[in-house]
Order: sequence, then structure tokens, then C-alpha cells
Amino acid sequence: MLRQLFKNPMALLCMGVLLFTALLGILAPWAAPNDPYANDILNKFAGPSWQYPLGTDHLGRCVFSRMLFGIRPTLFLSLLTMLGTIGLGVIMGVAAGYFRGVVDEIIMRVVDVMLSFPSQIIILAVVALLGVDIRNVVVASIFIKWAWYARMIRTATIKYTGMNFVLFSRSVGSGNFYILTRHMLPCIAAELAVLASLDTGWAILNISTLSFLGLGVQAPVPEWGAMLNEAKNVMVSNPEQMIAPGVAVVALVGACNMLGDCLRDALDPRTARQ
Amino acid sequence: MKDPLLVVSDVRVSFLKEHQKRLFGRERQQVLRGVSLALEEGECLGVIGESGSGKSTLGRVLAGLLPPESGAVFINGRNLYGRGKRDAAGPRHGLSVVFQDYTSSVNPRFRVEHAIGESLRALERLEGRVVDKKRRVAELLEQVGLPASCASRYPHELSGGQLQRVCIARAIAVNPRVVLLDEAVSSLDASTQTQVMDLLMELRARRGLSYIFITHDLTCVTYFCDRALFFNAGRIVEQVDDMKNLSRVRDPYARRLLDAVMGIGVQPGDLRRERADLLPAGDGDVMGAAS
Ligand SMILES: Nc1ncnc2c1ncn2[C@@H]1O[C@H](COP(=O)(O)OP(=O)(O)OP(=O)(O)O)[C@@H](O)[C@H]1O
Ligand SMILES: [Mg+2]
Repeated sequence: MLRQLFKNPMALLCMGVLLFTALLGILAPWAAPNDPYANDILNKFAGPSWQYPLGTDHLGRCVFSRMLFGIRPTLFLSLLTMLGTIGLGVIMGVAAGYFRGVVDEIIMRVVDVMLSFPSQIIILAVVALLGVDIRNVVVASIFIKWAWYARMIRTATIKYTGMNFVLFSRSVGSGNFYILTRHMLPCIAAELAVLASLDTGWAILNISTLSFLGLGVQAPVPEWGAMLNEAKNVMVSNPEQMIAPGVAVVALVGACNMLGDCLRDALDPRTARQ
Repeated sequence: MKDPLLVVSDVRVSFLKEHQKRLFGRERQQVLRGVSLALEEGECLGVIGESGSGKSTLGRVLAGLLPPESGAVFINGRNLYGRGKRDAAGPRHGLSVVFQDYTSSVNPRFRVEHAIGESLRALERLEGRVVDKKRRVAELLEQVGLPASCASRYPHELSGGQLQRVCIARAIAVNPRVVLLDEAVSSLDASTQTQVMDLLMELRARRGLSYIFITHDLTCVTYFCDRALFFNAGRIVEQVDDMKNLSRVRDPYARRLLDAVMGIGVQPGDLRRERADLLPAGDGDVMGAAS
């Protein structure tokens, strides 16, 4: 399956973008030419130069360095959000779909309640309740998002539980754990992968949005959304300030979405071979 | 006298109806209404019935996938749905299944070797000994007449007949006493059907298997089975112990089925001849059944 993925140029490109970004984020302290916090007020809004590859912002801080350091909260926190969401969603969804009965009823009623709230509002409410902190944003995102996954995975699980190969597996006496991990999860993974990579894009946007609104990552810490927010203040006089973080967010979200499509193709053995 | 290999006594199953007349109604639809049968060692029992008569449901009960509301299934004298200690112990794999729809009966993500390996793994767990999977898979493939090169293929890379053979290999991998074939050949074309049935007969001779052959195709039953049961609306309506007497069935439903097949003349020659000398007596009967 993975071999299929590596043959697809689009998938390679997307993974390349994501990996490269992640690598830059990890290596930020070494890759960045300047200290992201050091301001040089005389040099504010400077254009690109050898010292400041992407120029400086309104406090004279190196935009390029801030971009590199900004990868960390943007990319890693969104991945963390997705891991939490998927983990919780898969456990709940599979439990509901495979065991049915009371377990199903309880989980699905909770899911119904969760789904009846508009997600952005809930995140804002949770952040307001727990205090402005990026950790609360992550917790709130997981809290609001897992229900979507639980419902989707439950449907898929029910679909596959009735399939003959699962029935056969049960009839020869394979354990629940074996059936769940070897039959169910790989089958569900295909459907999950698409949703998950699309939602990684959503999580990136979400964290950036909340930082833009001043609810996520706090002021001096570099983050793309927060940088956009700062750039917004000088939108009329220095519009070029918005280019770097804006383009970066678009590229990353786009890569996630496209990778989702490629993953779906690769995980389905039938479409892949045509 | 030895006990029969498989005994089904008065099994009843019903499902909640999809369309209830009243709000919160709990009307149930009876699918099996007291089915009893016995299968002897080395025997091949045909179960014939029209669509929706509950054949596959009976199959699911026999395979241990659907606990019946009442009644019991004994395989090798062990109650399949029993809760006692004696029932839980002993070999679990008295019976194994080949399903109607071969396209969904092998996980599309499993290579053939893994699909068969799954049965071998279940066998390992049960008997607590290690099986050389690679060798055993090759042996099983050879037994069902497939080249060993199939082992690394995916299900969608095989033809229907080949895939059904894989399902058979997978079913006999657990060393069962009985194999339940739920319309195992119905979705194959005529010549492949014959091939698969010949294969099954050969396996039966070699391994002393018993078969329960669920189908709606009378021709296959006459070709393949020793005994036949006619199934209608969840009941056994007629039992034929000797296939030569097949044309003497009396139950109106069974008659109609038989007649439909013979009418278009796909029956093996001997049956058609029997029909000819039955005609004067049987005619009124048939008309009565059809109206
Ligand atoms: N899980 C279920 N829930 C509700 N009703 C069911 C269920 N499974 C089967 N039935 C009903 O039970 C009846 C018998 O179904 P079954 O699958 O046993 O038929 P069959 O004899 O195998 O038919 P066919 O020859 O088409 O395979 C049908 O009327 C069907 O609607
Ligand atoms: Mg059926």
C-alpha cells in the first residue's frame, strides 16, 4: 500500500512539503539566521536582505526566523490535535459499532450531544472557561472533534462487521482483538486517512485562527496566525507583511488536503491498480 | 449405534420487523420455525429452498454466528451454544463455512496466503501447536487445484472460481468434520460449478468430510448430494433420503420447484425419464400446486 503511495508524484510532493516543513520546525534553532525575539526597531519593515531573508516586521524582528519557529506550534500542535481526536474517535467508534447494545447507545447519545454544538463556538467557550492558553485550544479541539470520527468509524465498523470475511473470522474462532486490529482497523484506515489529512488542514487553520484572534499562542511567541494578526495592523501601509505567513498556511493546508486524496487512492487496492 | 455428527433440534430464530405497525411495536418475523435435522459422518446433505426461506439464517446458526431463540445445535455431541464446561472444551472447529458471496468473503486487503493463514492461526491457537504456515498454505492450494503462485495475490486478482477455491481451502484448513457450503457454487458459471463440485467430492473422499450444501439450484443437488431437504418459510417441508426418489416428492412447494427445473429440461437425463413415466399421475398434482 505504501509502495503505491510512493509512486504517486503528487503524494510525494505533499509528503515532501510536510516533511520539509516539519524538519525546518525541528531544526529551527539552527536553521534560523536570527533570534526570533530580538528586535531591531531602527530596521522595522525592512525589505529582504542577506541579514533578514524575508525582511523584518513592525518591531524589526526577522520574519524568516519567526516563520521557522512558528512551524512548531502550527504543525506540531495540529498533529497532536489530530492524534488525540483520532485516538479517541477510533476507540469510541469501534467500541460502539462492534459491540453494539448498551455501549453503542451510551456512546452515540454522547456523540449526538457533542455534534449539536457548533464547533468554533464550543472552542471559544472552552478557552474562555479554562483560560487563554494554547493547551486549552488543543483540548477543546479534541473534545469537539472526536464525535465526528466516532460516528464515521461506527458506521464503517458496522458495515464491515456484517461482511463475510469478518463472519468467517468469527466462525473459525479468531478473537475480538485479532478481528478488530487485522480486519476492522485496516479497512477503516482507508476511510479514516482521507478525513484525517483533511482535518489536519482544519486543525492548522484552527490554531492559526485562534492565534489570530489572540486566543491561542500568545504574543511574543512566533506563530503564523499571530504573525498574520500583527501584519493585519499594518495591512494598508505594509501589505507585504502578510505574504509570508499567509502563503505558508495555504501551502501547508493544501499539502494536507492533497495528501488525503492520494492516501485514499493508495489505501484502496482496487483503484490503485488501474 | 453412533450418534450423528451434527444434530439440529427444533431451532427457532426470529428478527425484529423493520416496519412496525405501532410506534415502539416489537413485532417479530419468524425466520426459522422449528428446524430439526441430523447429519451422518461422511454424508452430503442438500438444503433446497427459494430465496428468503431462511437457508442462510440456518447456516449462520450452524456456524455459531447467531444464537437461536430456542433449540440446540450439537456437533460431535457438543452443544454449540451451550454454556457448560463440557461444551466449551474440545475442538471448536467441527464445522466451517464457505459463503454465498465470494467477493466479500475474503478481506480485500489480505493476500491469499494471509487469508488461509488466518484459519491456520485459529487452528494453532486451538491446538496449541505451531503450524508451518508457508508449507501448509502451499499444500492447501495444491489440494484445491490452484498454483502455488496464487499465494501472493490479492483477491481481486483472482477469478470467481479461483477465489471460491481459496475459500474452500481456507475452510478446510481448520480440519473440520463438516463444511457448510452456503450457495457456494451458485454465483459461478455452469462449467466452473461442475469443477468446484468435483473438487468438493474429491476432498470428501480424501478427508472424510461431510457437507451441508445450501442452494436453490436443484441440478446441483442431484449432481452432488446423498440426501436433500426442501425448505420453505423456515420449515423443512420434505425430506428425500434417496436421490432416486427425488421426483416422488409430495409436498406442493417441493413439487413446484422440481417441476420448474424439469420443465426447462436442464435435469440430468435419468430424472427426465422418470418424469415422463410419472406424468399421467403427476399432472393434476402439479396443476393443483401451481394454482
Ligand atoms: N439480520 C437480519 N435482520 C432481519 N431480518 C433478517 C436478517 N437476516 C435475514 N433476515 C430475514 O430472514 C429471511 C431469511 O433470510 P435468509 O438470508 O436466510 O434467506 P435465504 O434462504 O438464504 O435466501 P437466499 O436464497 O436469497 O440466500 C429473509 O426474509 C430476511 O429478510
Ligand atoms: Mg442465502
